[in-house]
Amino acid sequence: MTDTTIKVDMLARVEGEGAFKVVVRDGRITATEFRIFEPPRFFEAFLRGRDHSEAPDITARICGICPVAYQMSSVQAMEMALGVEVSQPIKDLRRMLYCGEWIESHVLHAAMLHAPDFLGYASAIDMANDGHAATVKLALDYKKIGNAIVTLLGGREIHPINVKVGGWWKAPKKRDMLALREELMRALDMAEAFVDFTASLPFPDKERDYHMVCIEEPNGLYPMYEGTRLISNRGLDIPATAFNDHFDEHHVKQSNALQGRTKAGGAYLTGPLPRYNLAYEKLSERAKAAAVRAGLGREVKNPYRSIVVRAVESLFAVEEAIRLIEDYEEFDPAAVAITPRAGTGMGASEAPRGMLFHQYTLEEDGSIATAQIVPPTAQNQPSIEEDLAELIADELDRPHEEIQWLCEQTIRNYDPCISCATHFLDLTIDRA
Amino acid sequence: MTGRPRLAVWKFSSCDGCQLSLLDCEDEVLAVANAIEIAYFPEATRRDDDGGNYDISFVEGSVTTPHEAEAIKDIRARSTTLITIGACATSGGIQALKNGASTKDFIDAVYAHPEFITTLDTATPISDHVKVDFELRGCPISKTHLIELIAATLAGRAPQTPAHATCIECKMAGHVCVMVAEGKPCLGPVTHAGCGALCPGYARGCYGCFGPKETPNTASLSARLAENGADRRQIKRLYATFNTNAPAFREEAKAHD
Repeated sequence: MTDTTIKVDMLARVEGEGAFKVVVRDGRITATEFRIFEPPRFFEAFLRGRDHSEAPDITARICGICPVAYQMSSVQAMEMALGVEVSQPIKDLRRMLYCGEWIESHVLHAAMLHAPDFLGYASAIDMANDGHAATVKLALDYKKIGNAIVTLLGGREIHPINVKVGGWWKAPKKRDMLALREELMRALDMAEAFVDFTASLPFPDKERDYHMVCIEEPNGLYPMYEGTRLISNRGLDIPATAFNDHFDEHHVKQSNALQGRTKAGGAYLTGPLPRYNLAYEKLSERAKAAAVRAGLGREVKNPYRSIVVRAVESLFAVEEAIRLIEDYEEFDPAAVAITPRAGTGMGASEAPRGMLFHQYTLEEDGSIATAQIVPPTAQNQPSIEEDLAELIADELDRPHEEIQWLCEQTIRNYDPCISCATHFLDLTIDRA
Repeated sequence: MTGRPRLAVWKFSSCDGCQLSLLDCEDEVLAVANAIEIAYFPEATRRDDDGGNYDISFVEGSVTTPHEAEAIKDIRARSTTLITIGACATSGGIQALKNGASTKDFIDAVYAHPEFITTLDTATPISDHVKVDFELRGCPISKTHLIELIAATLAGRAPQTPAHATCIECKMAGHVCVMVAEGKPCLGPVTHAGCGALCPGYARGCYGCFGPKETPNTASLSARLAENGADRRQIKRLYATFNTNAPAFREEAKAHD
């Protein structure tokens, strides 16, 4: 196959609609294209003129898989714009809500969407019907715990209703938190077993030297909720408010999602690998021990092992939620009062699939003048295209179907959320 | 139907949350997969659309592009029963906020190269384009409704999803009325049941995720909201969210322009 096009017009097992194309000429890859054709929904446009208080509910609807991420970045940006500082108990509950989303989203992706790539199945249901029923059942039970956290704190799993600019509508009862703690204690064994399952998968032996970017939290915590700074493995260390001074969004023809690049034009990576590599020391001892047992080094540059990192992060999230419950005391009022004012605010947090940045400017009456939302998959698009070029280059002698499979698996390393990014996926390998 | 019915899950313009609800039925999803052949569900399986017919199609999302307007006709032609799941497919969704606004202004606000973008001027429900056999409400849908819908469809009966107001569910749940007791704006009296009156249980007013109930008296509710101090813009915003294009909410929002 010296000249060919490998393409998939509708990438499956991702959230949203995307496609990809790899062009091969004279036995070499000459172009890769990750195309997002998810229809644009124009959130940043119709947020204009809405009230600041509506941002967490409206932006949640960008993504049914990671609505909490949208709520967390938006409330932080709004609170900055409004000059409001929220209390530590409010922040702790938000971090715990995020733990729930990490568990349900990571386990959904790892078990239901990505594991079938490693094991050669079309879906997790096919896995379950062919000897992996116990694993799929484990994953479903485990994922359910994540949903239980989001449901207790947020009211429901998808598009939670309890998050509010300034805090919460209602703080949970301690007795309900303690009941959830019992479920989480039982989930620890599931979490360990899930790490071991992901570690047992066959991994392509490939690495890349990524520019890895993630948030940094103020209190030495593993990056999740409160991104006060942005750091990278190449020396970036800036206040999160300076995001737009260091990163650009580009509109390219193949994509309804803007592509993120550094100001110098470079691709960068956001998501589990950057968090793990840049904040390993901040993981719990148990999560670190699980990572060692799973064969992860102190550094992970093999993108196919991101599935193991997701499992380690999920274990960490279970422990973190337990810790936050143990420290929890009921508080009232559940939110600080807001006085509308003009201002600009930024919020950065770590969605399961990577960093999510929001920026708003507000009018005097607290209505939204401008909105900017930079989702993780949009930022990862250039990196996805580079992966397709570099990681597949030495595989071109394999049958078309196998190359296509590997391309899909490679893209799914990112847990791409295309509904997010467009604010999707389809593989073409073009060999003329 | 002979054998297991074939199910397809289709996505139009949406957030994926309603189809995710199926995967969020952790206790039921494997049983559902035994009772139904999940023939096409790209979010969950790599299996391609084989171009054949489906006994049941679940459609998520609204029609916002010329391609979608064509695709839904083909899906209808190949589906014995077509069911919309969620507010986008049933009323147009949050993206219907662009209806009546200038699409060009919207594209210019988000994209540097408007010439790369193909979109319709409106986001419209599936029923504006093809016959729909049943509509499941909600942003997102309720998992209880979804399981009831699947069970009813398999049994060949109508799903039991009451069309009365969220207000009724709220009374049944025993919540103190947030509008009467605290003066908080609440759409519970005009909103379709289904969530179990979630928001009042969390000390906030209903914001209408499930869209209008049958015969909603929106004018009366708006008058009460105004008495409680809401201005016209606040009242308009309240109706103009996730079901902004549902006729009863659309008209009431328009009345407060």
